Amino acid sequence: MRIYETDIATPLLLGTAQYPSPKVLQNAIKAAGCEIVTVSLRRETAQGTGAGFWDVIRQTGAKILPNTAGCHTAREAITTAQMARDIFETDWIKLEVIGHADNLQPDVFELVHAARVLSADGFKVFPYMTDDLVVGEKLIEAGCKVLMPWGAPIGSGQGLRNPDALRAMRAHFPDIPLIVDAGIGRPSDAAAAMEIGMDAVLLNTAVAKAGDPVQMARAMAMAVRAGRTGYQAGPMERRDVAVPSTPVLGLAELV
Amino acid sequence: MITIAGAGLAGLSSALELARAGHIVRVYEASENIGSDSVSRYAGGMLAPWCERESADQTVVELANGAADWWEQITPVTRMGTLVVAPPRDQSELVRFSKRTRNYEWVHADEIAALEPALGNRFANGLFFETEAHLNPRTALRDLATEATKAGVEILCGTPAPKRVDLDCTGPASDLPDLRMVRGEMAILHCPDLNLTRTIRLLHPRIPLYLVPRGDGVYMIGATMIENSSARPISVRSLSEVLSAAFAIHPSFAEATVIETGSGLRPAFPDNLPRLVQSNGVAHLNGFYRHGFLLAPAMAAQVVHHFSKQGSHENHRQFQTV
Repeated sequence: MRIYETDIATPLLLGTAQYPSPKVLQNAIKAAGCEIVTVSLRRETAQGTGAGFWDVIRQTGAKILPNTAGCHTAREAITTAQMARDIFETDWIKLEVIGHADNLQPDVFELVHAARVLSADGFKVFPYMTDDLVVGEKLIEAGCKVLMPWGAPIGSGQGLRNPDALRAMRAHFPDIPLIVDAGIGRPSDAAAAMEIGMDAVLLNTAVAKAGDPVQMARAMAMAVRAGRTGYQAGPMERRDVAVPSTPVLGLAELV
Repeated sequence: MITIAGAGLAGLSSALELARAGHIVRVYEASENIGSDSVSRYAGGMLAPWCERESADQTVVELANGAADWWEQITPVTRMGTLVVAPPRDQSELVRFSKRTRNYEWVHADEIAALEPALGNRFANGLFFETEAHLNPRTALRDLATEATKAGVEILCGTPAPKRVDLDCTGPASDLPDLRMVRGEMAILHCPDLNLTRTIRLLHPRIPLYLVPRGDGVYMIGATMIENSSARPISVRSLSEVLSAAFAIHPSFAEATVIETGSGLRPAFPDNLPRLVQSNGVAHLNGFYRHGFLLAPAMAAQVVHHFSKQGSHENHRQFQTV
């Protein structure tokens, strides 16, 4: 996968919150072979240095994708993105503008506005969005070169609630990298996303809150690879009737 | 003589154990009063290894062994257990929590009402950790200083430590590599209408909360875990979240008085476990994270072990060099 002129071998992006310890987080990133991690600027590093935690992440060698988690308006998100650019020395930004307190779904109107302002300012924007085609078009028109539709609400672990919408996005945006962001609960969810042609999966809680986060990170990495390879291999179509695997023609005559 | 910098939890418990082992000990404390600068004044004071096990390493459970008994010799310890509950729509959080630890029993409405009558009918299911305990951090730190003094420790308050000490217990003020700060925020409420007798943990996917009764209708609630070294006072978002979680435990908190809010920085190493380490020829005890009262007794024992071995070049398993 190629995103904003960067080649990514492992199509798994990890969030860095909620792990039992930074050590476990480091080991999970390593076990997954994860190349991109997202870091919340507001929570982890704004005000005060937060340097210790940030060092832990830097030691993994993974590329940092700062996010604007916790922002509720375009204005807040834009300011947060600008601070992130200074602190993390990157023009990548995962743009999150939360619109609803209960299901944390993105406010797509504020999102498109913030994406336009940030793209014009030279940012490479990764927008966290619903699985809406029109919103996708507006984001691309605003300058985004990657889209990150949700699989289910953040932290819910429900898996892909609307795979048909994701398939429609795949068909509608054949050349835009699509990353399923949020909602993945199990490795099979991650594999399912890749199998329908998504380019990568971004997840956090499913690994951080697993009984053994390091093992789960490894499982997720295997799942995305399996799903991706399966997609490239061209899965068979479903049928309503059984078809014997062994050919029925040319059977030996037993009489 | 063994000199120690810092009369916080780590310094005082080490001093006490060293004095008990026959050493002559002097502790330097930069602030004028015991505990006034210590992060432990904002602690919950929970001695709850099995609840911690949900997110902490097994090592925490092992090191916590005997902590409540140790403290009981020094300060009042409330051994009433911990009750873990969740709102109706977050029952899956209880299941998740229960799978990550042990030494609890499932309790249901009737048993919850028997344990805490004020919570009768409010929660259908919960987990009861009978063996857990709590103490009052400020009283405990003061009592610990008294006990250390009785054992012969010389505590010099308002006296910055000299450049060279034998044991550095300065917590966040230390410049050990790999040590980071984890911000915690808490509030103390006065709610005389409500009588809760034991530590209550409310599981919530976004705002997990604990509530520790301090007696006379006073409750400590906390605490956030933020990877951030800002020492500013509690934020509006954190305060509104912990207060609304308290309200979810019992509506009586609506009429409670907020008598104090606080924020502190917990020093932690990358594995969130405390360490006794050697740096530039000085022993350091640091990185208690959120387990100060729980793990101080075991770490103080390691300090004694270290100083009794010093000079013999024997390497202690737990002793690491930075």
